[in-house]
Amino acid sequence: MSAVLENLDLETKVELATHHAERDPIYLDYSATTPVDPRVAAKMIPFITEYFGNPASRSHPYGWTAEKAVENAREEVAKLVGADPREIVWTSGATESNNLAIKGAANFYSAKGKHIITVATEHKAVIDAVRELERLGFAATYLEPEPDGLLDIEKFKAAIRPDTVLASVMLVNNEIGVIQDITAIGNICRENKIIFHVDAAQATGKVDIDLDNLPVDLMSFCAHKTYGPKGIGALYVRRKPRIRIEAQMHGGGHERGMRSGTLATHQIVGMGEAFKIAREEMAVENVKIRKLRDKLLHGLQEIEETYVNGDLEHRVPHNLNISFNYVEGESLIMAIKDIAVSSGSACTSASLEPSYVLRALGRSDELAHSSIRFSIGRFTTEADVDYTIQLLKSKVDKLRELSPLWDMFKDGIDISKVQWAAH
Amino acid sequence: MISPNMSNVYFDNNSTTALDERVLDAMLPFMTMQQGNATSRHVYGRTVRDAVEQAREQVANAVGAYPSQVVFTASGTEANNFAISGIAGNLPNSQIVVSSIEHPCVTRPTFAMQKLGYKTKIVGVDSNGLLDLVHLESILKNQDANPTSLVSVMSVNNETGVIQNISKIAEIVKSYKAYMHTDAVQSLGKIPVDFAGLNVSAMTISSHKIYGPQGAGALIVDKRIDIAPLLHGGGQEKGLRSGTENVAAIVGFGVACDLSVSELTRRFSATNALRDHLEKGLVQMGAVMFGNKAARITNTSFFAFPNIEGETLVMALDRKGFAVASGSACSSDSREPSHVLLAMGISPDVARGAIRVSFGANQKHTNTIEQVDQFLVTLKQELQRLKQMTGVQFDTSANNTKAA
Amino acid sequence: MAYSDKVLDHYENPRNVGSLDKNDPQVGTGMVGAPACGDVMKLMIKVNDDGIIEDAKFKTYGCGSAIASSSLVTEWLKGKTVDEAYAIKNSAIAEELALPPVKIHCSVLAEDAIKAAVADIKAKQLAAAQAA
Repeated sequence: MSAVLENLDLETKVELATHHAERDPIYLDYSATTPVDPRVAAKMIPFITEYFGNPASRSHPYGWTAEKAVENAREEVAKLVGADPREIVWTSGATESNNLAIKGAANFYSAKGKHIITVATEHKAVIDAVRELERLGFAATYLEPEPDGLLDIEKFKAAIRPDTVLASVMLVNNEIGVIQDITAIGNICRENKIIFHVDAAQATGKVDIDLDNLPVDLMSFCAHKTYGPKGIGALYVRRKPRIRIEAQMHGGGHERGMRSGTLATHQIVGMGEAFKIAREEMAVENVKIRKLRDKLLHGLQEIEETYVNGDLEHRVPHNLNISFNYVEGESLIMAIKDIAVSSGSACTSASLEPSYVLRALGRSDELAHSSIRFSIGRFTTEADVDYTIQLLKSKVDKLRELSPLWDMFKDGIDISKVQWAAH
Repeated sequence: MISPNMSNVYFDNNSTTALDERVLDAMLPFMTMQQGNATSRHVYGRTVRDAVEQAREQVANAVGAYPSQVVFTASGTEANNFAISGIAGNLPNSQIVVSSIEHPCVTRPTFAMQKLGYKTKIVGVDSNGLLDLVHLESILKNQDANPTSLVSVMSVNNETGVIQNISKIAEIVKSYKAYMHTDAVQSLGKIPVDFAGLNVSAMTISSHKIYGPQGAGALIVDKRIDIAPLLHGGGQEKGLRSGTENVAAIVGFGVACDLSVSELTRRFSATNALRDHLEKGLVQMGAVMFGNKAARITNTSFFAFPNIEGETLVMALDRKGFAVASGSACSSDSREPSHVLLAMGISPDVARGAIRVSFGANQKHTNTIEQVDQFLVTLKQELQRLKQMTGVQFDTSANNTKAA
Repeated sequence: MAYSDKVLDHYENPRNVGSLDKNDPQVGTGMVGAPACGDVMKLMIKVNDDGIIEDAKFKTYGCGSAIASSSLVTEWLKGKTVDEAYAIKNSAIAEELALPPVKIHCSVLAEDAIKAAVADIKAKQLAAAQAA
């Protein structure tokens, strides 16, 4: 912010910062990250300006105030997911939560076995943490989901070995939004004495989570997918029956020794407020979002040769992932730069490879390449959806005019049968 | 809002600092509606990506490093853990050497490596808190079983403020073909920090100690060394630190780093004057000073009064509106005497009395001479009150002993 | 990814989009790439009796740089002899469009498309000569 703004009061500055982006593209990338809800930002700001204490400082009120705020936030996070506050461990985000859960539990229980089951469509933070364990002598099974993105419970059962110690299955997929049946999978884990971890980074505020009644031992959360700040997350660690994990970050012994490091009080406060708002508003909000998503779905389905990726029934209302056949994905993204969307997950979109999630569903490379993830949220309007439908209709049409594949399709040629020169 | 009893004088700046307003101004857009994941390719993603890269340059400039050497983490603790397990992790069965006055976020990850087959050694310090270089060399020389892969020595101690001669230590370490890491969390913003000049392989810095926000730190790494990531996943920070970038905190950290250079002289002399004034008064009251014979950063004073428990005095001062510390914040849960003082050969009895005053010279929260004067007056009163109390207690117990 | 103004110009306003009659003995067609790789280029050139390229049309399935590369070469080809066309190098295309390293393959594909179209017209001419 420039020197001109120097003399403004804090409230005005926040106001300006909040409204500075009106002419930017329509944001339909809520699964990559959400904007911070202004109510969340308002709660956070006093904790970096006035109440700036280190919550680990026990000798003065700067520390106590911070500590109290941290504990209030812990309660809010616990409430949203039906947990006890003592089961919530702060982390710097879902990536750290996933690393801590998987490496922490696998290492702690490694005497019981060294086999891990996960799914090929998990987030990279889960896949890469399991791969790291493989490097250290663990074995892993990466289950392929069904073409609708859901895990076949029988296949999960079949993958269990006597030495299986840990399973990790995400609740909501980040690319296609499908919801796995973690109750069924968790029950099987219980029967087989397997620790069960669930990555719920994309689930909070979108699906009901009641850990009191879920057969889940460890669950990862983050704030910035639920209108909270970046840089803060949490790991649920069950107390009854007690689940143990080996710390991955050592130091001052914060978080009962499970995770050391000074806590960013304002970010924790932000996560607490974000989860509180989610708990209070998700029922109403999800009805509105589902309506918008269905409108978007029906609008886009009017375009010829479109394919929805992932099951539509077991899916969060926020997500729509569609492939536009005979249109190349990157040129499509370029054509629709008036809206901000993702092709594949944000974490991999720096590379030109097609989405590994869509490939795991058995989608051809071409369809995977031409997929767009629309993820909508709290601040999406009906006008945004209407605009998006019109934009996609006109741009897909234009790109197909340019596409030799579209010509061939219209001429009745089966493109999968064509012998393409190696390239 | 929450605490009606907020102290009005904050003398605990080595624990955490109040945000500089210029830092806040830079952060605000990213704390509110400036959405975007730095890995996304649309304009929102690119905007925050540019902000992260600008901060990376600011951090690099402040510490004499290249932007490509800056790996952002969530905290100094994470950066220290990353340095220890990341560097030694690629050199199995080696030995890790740390000083006896390190922060637990260096020593604990080091000891955790023992389970993986690593040997660990601790180098002592002298009575001034300076590293025992002879001891260090003797450890490095003895390479029979496990050659030393990594040595970690902090640049400035958080409790005493004593400054180590890191470039000299690094020279010794490197002559034995080991890597050198330094925790520079307490030196940045207080003395000039020059990564290239220190000749270390890796260096930890943290945002919230330099009037930046909590939630950001960095490991400065010489990329010629092989370092393994602590967090695996999306491949951010060139694969060295996965996880969505905490853009607001990183942006704030960048500006705080800029200020750590532009404001260095002002902060240095401002806190130096305060500390000299304070210590003159302390000595008159009969305080035992720690580390004051060595070169120290100018904002820190560590001292004790004989027969007065530090924790009790800290609480008493707090009730009068002064926030000070009895040791490092992370260990203030425990009643153990400071491991730093014990390492310096101070007796546990004296060490239990330790109190740390650490001044800040933020734009808005600059400590003043008037505050120091008030503090000295209050301290004198509280000391007298406590002496009377302990005196009574002592007499009672003595009588009881006699009676028994 | 940041695209150059020239790429954006060709992408927004592609030149010479379309097809020529592939059965015309004066028309050569080059189709290169593969859908699985994310790029397919179809380039058609019409060569008159003097060996000069009179017209060029393209259709491309691919990213913005691929579309721009093919659009650009249709402009360059018109008026050139077949041999001059054959001599166009991908580096010239990449330079003109300021393609970033990860997009150099788009210019390679465009060069390949020219070579394929030229090979096709030469094959047609040879077949016609043999038939005569």
